[in-house]
Amino acid sequence: MTERPSATATARAASPQVLATELAARGYIVDDGLAMTVFLALRMQRPLFLEGAPGVGKTLLASVLAEVFETRLYRLSCYEGLDLAQAAYEWNYPRQLLALQASHRAAEPGGGDAPDDVDGLYREAFLMRRPLLQAIDAAAERAPVLLIDEIDRADEEFESFLLELLGEFQITIPELGTIKARHRPIVVLTSNRTRDVHDALKRRCLYHWIDYPAFATELEIVRRKVPALGDQLRRRAVAFVQRLRREDLSKLPGVAETVDWAEALSYVADAATLDPATVDATLGLLLKYHDDIERVRGPLAQQLLAESA
Amino acid sequence: MTGPGLGHDIVGFARALRDAGLPVGVAEAAAFAEALTWVDPLVRREVYLAARATLVRRREDLAVFDELFARFFGGPAPRRGQPAPLAPRHDPHQVFRTALVSYMAERAEPSAREVDVPEHEKAASGHELLQRKDFAACTPAELEAIARAMRELRLDVALRRSRRRVRSRRRGRLDLPRIVRDAARRGGAVLALAHRREKLRRRPLVVLADISGSMELYSRILLQFLHGVTQHHGRTETFVFGTRLTRLTAQLQIRRVDAALDHAAREIVDFAGGTRIGECLHAFDRQHARRVLGRGAVVLIISDGWDTGDPVRLAAEMRRLARRAHRIIWLNPLLGRAGYAPEVRGMAAALAHIDDFLPIHDLRSLHELARRLRQLPRRKGAIHAERPVVLGALGLAAVGPRGVGYTGPLRHRGEP
Repeated sequence: MTERPSATATARAASPQVLATELAARGYIVDDGLAMTVFLALRMQRPLFLEGAPGVGKTLLASVLAEVFETRLYRLSCYEGLDLAQAAYEWNYPRQLLALQASHRAAEPGGGDAPDDVDGLYREAFLMRRPLLQAIDAAAERAPVLLIDEIDRADEEFESFLLELLGEFQITIPELGTIKARHRPIVVLTSNRTRDVHDALKRRCLYHWIDYPAFATELEIVRRKVPALGDQLRRRAVAFVQRLRREDLSKLPGVAETVDWAEALSYVADAATLDPATVDATLGLLLKYHDDIERVRGPLAQQLLAESA
Repeated sequence: MTGPGLGHDIVGFARALRDAGLPVGVAEAAAFAEALTWVDPLVRREVYLAARATLVRRREDLAVFDELFARFFGGPAPRRGQPAPLAPRHDPHQVFRTALVSYMAERAEPSAREVDVPEHEKAASGHELLQRKDFAACTPAELEAIARAMRELRLDVALRRSRRRVRSRRRGRLDLPRIVRDAARRGGAVLALAHRREKLRRRPLVVLADISGSMELYSRILLQFLHGVTQHHGRTETFVFGTRLTRLTAQLQIRRVDAALDHAAREIVDFAGGTRIGECLHAFDRQHARRVLGRGAVVLIISDGWDTGDPVRLAAEMRRLARRAHRIIWLNPLLGRAGYAPEVRGMAAALAHIDDFLPIHDLRSLHELARRLRQLPRRKGAIHAERPVVLGALGLAAVGPRGVGYTGPLRHRGEP
């Protein structure tokens, strides 16, 4: 069914290590665990199921993968009530109605050609392609990346539809027939765990829990994303965030928050070290709940700063 | 682990994982075998990562997986960023606990406890008497009869509108796909309009039940009740707490009630001990709230409010819970006793944040709860059409947020 992946694609996913290097070259740092899971997902042609706290780079991985394989990214953001019409395809009803009435006006009134109308109405021209169909029916040379973002927000009905799609990589449109993928898309599903995703769906995928990165990894991410921030300050900032994550907070800062904070620091902190006043003033970039900010600001921030030095 | 032995290893390892409670079947084992063809089977780290990618599907299982991998393939447990705590059922050093059922049977034998039995109900018929008999005063035989009667009780939680749309005769948005289809059959003329409206769904139910010492006489029968609720209402999440929080959802999903309670009892490590409601609600907030409180969940807290923890903390946790839950119903068995007033520190701290305060001490109160759940107000924080009968009889004015003569709702959303 699927053709052989292009030479570049094969070369870039030759081993987990090569893949990690390719991802890193595009600014995405992975540990060997994630590199292995992505590598196996590509080789075994299985969807990748990523879970983890918000802001650890689940979504970003999909777009970086598209860059690595020089292919298109189709993104489907899930929400409650998401249905086939929004996810896969929909007929362009206003246009169909217009066409229908126009054809009848042209013909003699009362002309009995209704069956032709029905056939003529469900043509490609009236089909509106949504991300899932686009990804399956992509005419490109290479397999595209299909990102199904925050699947936990969709409801169970949608999951069962996805189950079918991810099993067969085909979509059946009753009026048109079955559309089968020429290239099996590289599928990435993400979940923030606002509910448990059905096990049957997870079974089709390779699962990976993305943890907060280790100190060295996070340091490297910040170095790449915020080159303006001085060496010493970067170490202090990342150490502080890492220490902050051991606190009992409503929402721990993700990597995205670290990067935002580092950028803010590059503007406001001109000294080489991090002082409590600056931390207090910029805490809102790291913590997103009032309770958390109240708790950390002041003495605790000072203590954590001292401990992480 | 080379050549011929490898297949055997895979099967054995998959079985070991399954025995430890991981959902690992033949398909997963086959995926692992396939993955091994892509990695170097002589490099331990590669085998480990390949196994993890194909055999683990839940974050909670990672720690158990690591442990078993080390045991099965030798060597130290692989390092991970943040070690997840071992779930109690996977704790190898865990002492096998007395099953809840037999435990309760033992405790119930010498029923020398003092219990209030309302006088005026003596004349009622046997069945009627059972309806109104405090669980705490029941003999094992009576509890048995109550458990049977409970099976007929259905908790139908109120509906909410979901975003999904279904066909409708008249109401809702236009259903264009159908209109076009119909029009095509009728020569392009639109003769009737089809509609779609929002589908109605049952709200998820989240139960937090106190199983500490002071609730002892109620715990068993209430767990049986919760088993029935879980069986009937698919979207039920159940947790029990004393000094720590335990999730019992999976155990209560087991169909046979005895087996379910047996498994539940094994899970509970702090049965009939002290109570720290605030700490337990905090643990709930951190570990589960995000996952289970979505989609307009209704929260039932079953507790007498005896709390050895900090009431300030409890109030803060209740406030947080109130922000996320659609409605909080506090069920207190003591509320069924004549002359009870919620003076307990914990109860007083929680009152300002709950929507409904109801008794749960006899069959009748369970029926009342079922009736309430069916008719919840649509709007979050809205006052129920009728106040609980029992509130009027209570000296609630002393603790109610509005002071003397208080007749309004128990909770004021957004109030500190």
